[in-house]
Amino acid sequence: MNNLIATLTPKDFATDQEVRWCPGCGDYAILKTIQKLMPTLGRPKENQVFVSGIGCSSRFPYYMNTFGFHSIHGRAPTIATGVKLANPELDVWVVTGDGDGFSIGGNHMLHVLRRNVDMQILLFNNEIYGLTKGQYSPTSKQGSKSPSSPQGSLDNPLIPAVVALGAGASYVARSIDTEANHLSEVIRRGYSHKGAAFIEILQNCPIYNDGNFAQVKDKKAAGDFRVELEHGKPIIFGKEKNKGICLNTQDLQLEVVELGGDISQADLLVHNENNKTQAQMLSAMSGPDFPVAVGVIYREDKSGYVEDVQVQLEQIRSGGKASLKRLLHSGHTWTAG
Amino acid sequence: MNLVEEVLNEHHLEEKTVVDVVVRFAGDSGDGMQMSGANFTQATALYGNDLSTFPDFPAEIRAPVGSTFGVSSFQIYFGAEDVTTCGDAIDVLVAMNPAALTTNIHNLIDGGMIIVDSGSFSDKNLRKAKYETNPLEDGSLDAYRVLDIDISHHVLAAVESYGLGHKDALRCKNMWALGLVMWLFDRDRTATIESLRKKFAKKTAVADANIAALNAGHAYAETVELPAGIHVYKVPKARLAAGEYRNITGTEALAWGLLAGAELADIDMLFASYPITPATNVLHELSGKRDFRVNTFQAEDEIAAVGAAIGASFAGSLGVTSSSGPGIALKAEGIALAAAAELPLVVANTQRGGPSTGLPTKTEQSDLLMSMYGRHGDTPMPVIAACTPGDCFELAIEAVRLATQYMTPVMLLTDGYLANAAEPWKIPDVDKFEAFPVKHYDNPVGFMPSMRDERTLARVWAKPGTPGMEHRIGGIERSHETGNISYDPDNHQKMTDLRKAKIEGIAKEIPLQEVILGNESGKVAVVGWGSTFGAIHQAVKRIRKEGLDVSHIHIRYISPLPRNLGELLAGFDKVLIPEMNTGQLIRLIRAEFLIDAEGLSKVSGQPFKIGEVIAAIHEEFAKLEQTS
Repeated sequence: MNNLIATLTPKDFATDQEVRWCPGCGDYAILKTIQKLMPTLGRPKENQVFVSGIGCSSRFPYYMNTFGFHSIHGRAPTIATGVKLANPELDVWVVTGDGDGFSIGGNHMLHVLRRNVDMQILLFNNEIYGLTKGQYSPTSKQGSKSPSSPQGSLDNPLIPAVVALGAGASYVARSIDTEANHLSEVIRRGYSHKGAAFIEILQNCPIYNDGNFAQVKDKKAAGDFRVELEHGKPIIFGKEKNKGICLNTQDLQLEVVELGGDISQADLLVHNENNKTQAQMLSAMSGPDFPVAVGVIYREDKSGYVEDVQVQLEQIRSGGKASLKRLLHSGHTWTAG
Repeated sequence: MNLVEEVLNEHHLEEKTVVDVVVRFAGDSGDGMQMSGANFTQATALYGNDLSTFPDFPAEIRAPVGSTFGVSSFQIYFGAEDVTTCGDAIDVLVAMNPAALTTNIHNLIDGGMIIVDSGSFSDKNLRKAKYETNPLEDGSLDAYRVLDIDISHHVLAAVESYGLGHKDALRCKNMWALGLVMWLFDRDRTATIESLRKKFAKKTAVADANIAALNAGHAYAETVELPAGIHVYKVPKARLAAGEYRNITGTEALAWGLLAGAELADIDMLFASYPITPATNVLHELSGKRDFRVNTFQAEDEIAAVGAAIGASFAGSLGVTSSSGPGIALKAEGIALAAAAELPLVVANTQRGGPSTGLPTKTEQSDLLMSMYGRHGDTPMPVIAACTPGDCFELAIEAVRLATQYMTPVMLLTDGYLANAAEPWKIPDVDKFEAFPVKHYDNPVGFMPSMRDERTLARVWAKPGTPGMEHRIGGIERSHETGNISYDPDNHQKMTDLRKAKIEGIAKEIPLQEVILGNESGKVAVVGWGSTFGAIHQAVKRIRKEGLDVSHIHIRYISPLPRNLGELLAGFDKVLIPEMNTGQLIRLIRAEFLIDAEGLSKVSGQPFKIGEVIAAIHEEFAKLEQTS
């Protein structure tokens, strides 16, 4: 079996199904990245289970030659939890979108994260509803014009990574659909992480929200609009690597500063992915005043639900096989006739 | 048909030896009436009577003290002959306060006995129960045998030496009253003492005080001169079929049946649920039984519960979820997913009064049509309904069997009455149950997720972790041939027909409908389903003693219906269908068999009385006479 695993290639993880996303959709890039990543994880493909809800991103499992379950809107975390509880040996992946994961399925997202169920949750965030033709989503910027908000949306958007941290997630990362290496790396680390790994992927919808992340993605401009976090390193960004993030200790706010003059690298905030307070501030950063943080924002080692269940079950079952007969005859019984 | 009651001509307390008796313990919801009832039930079962119980309590956990809506009661019907209902009328009413008296006295037979705690008949409590004068003094209870004792006073004296506070000491009142009732019917207190010791294992003083109160109540009755007509009654043992018995509630039977089902299917079970009255106790029961092949998961909501169950089934275990009406409504989308993906799933619905929150602690049978049709799309699924507490055991096994053999969601219906009611149950020999081991598919040669068994039409069950079985399923229509997504018009027709045929085909393998009591054809058939079994059975039995040609048919398989049912019903001149809803089974029967059945509806949150069914049967015979 080990030999077999060693010889797996990305092609082994592709299905014979015609991929039906729109041309230019960011989902293609993510699919490719994951198909490439898979053989490097050193696990047999029959142990991989992809569970999704409803929406464009949720078609993902059909294109992975693993086990896959395309379920119902918003409920993928619940089904994935059931899969993992039934067989903790399996590697479980949830593929979801901003609508699926944080609108109709928001409740389940909170609970799968707080329980820390061991799985990878890939949130394709394109800030729009694609499959229903372009309505604003819970992550759409306020004022988004869409078929259901012709005068502009009034809802305040949520920031998925912020909510995930609030729910007690033990691994929170953010990446970008077309940044294959970066994306692959945060997913790989999420995969190695014990517990729920929440990975928000900024994903372009070329039809209903094209260019939404242009600044963050543009090879030339991105340097000013996004910051790549690295554990233990000062938080520096800018095309010229001349800007940084520091903490104003007076009012406990992050600030963008320019390096040079009285400000040196030593004044900058050093990314500590184990610091939750810092993670909350970094994950909330958004334009135009701040760059968007990508990378592993937060990571914490803590026990996961399924692992704890196994420990409990082992304890309960250590006395050997329970007897149904004994149960039926337990307590007060009497004989007639 | 209008609900009319014929009062049964029964005077149970006239003789020193009586055939059967109905006792009702009633008090504040914090008075421990359920505990008195449960212990009396245990003692009665051990004594050897047949019995049936009816715990009836408010939705509020601790309603305001002394209020009428806070009255909690426990009724037990026990006797020397077969007992299948909780009794039409009360012979002995234990009323711990004025509210308990006023809410229950209308159901007491003339000449019945009232045991009251006169210590609780204060002006304040009388006002709360809307009594203008004290019924213990104004002669309004003259038609009954009244035993008014200052129980509060006696209890305080009995438990004085255990050092409990005033409030805790008074909480032993229920045991004092129980001791007295145990004397009245010559019950043994040993089992109660044992369970008190167990319940208060860590609070020895509380256990001792409760036992002292129990014994004091008993001793009081034994030594004090009681009013005329109040003495020890002898209720001869029932002639139960030979075997070992225990008491069982529908909740226990359902939970244990699921455990048995998992063993017979040789499969692990994930029971995923969200607390809801009156279904919650199944979750409690199974959570304490995880040394069996079950794991439990308290999900964040009803939808998550069904989702986790479906996920477990996809992974090769059996997913089970349980709830009551409103929760089942929330699960509907998930159930349809299980049907579309053709995965096994057991859904247990402990029905309660609806719509919406309705009557959470009261019983009703109003989710039948939801179970049949309450899903989007053409989504047939098997629906089976348990008819007695003990039957919940057998049908839970059957639900597991149908789900795993046919790869389908299965709806198992019980109700609030069955869940909480207890009856003596002949313990089955589990070794004699036929096993139906699940075989997960594992042959990669030519494997496709759309492959199915020719006989059952069940799709293959290939679980993750098995090499060569990698496949995708989901809610989108799948190709009949390959299992891949298909929007092909002909394919959807084919798959819809297949889902229908699969469920209908189950009729070939379920038992034929039997007549429980009476002839296979004749004048009147009373057709029931679910918890109305007991009342219908007694009514039919009594009317048959009058020499009338009436039969009792009780349907446990509602979807699909037994294949001989239409023919069977056609053999009767009249078909009467009593239901605790406004007429749901009757619609199915009329639609299915074009039979002009007559319905009898009751939706008061209370089970049918025998007399109500008797009146309806008599009316059917009257109609038959008019037409002949």
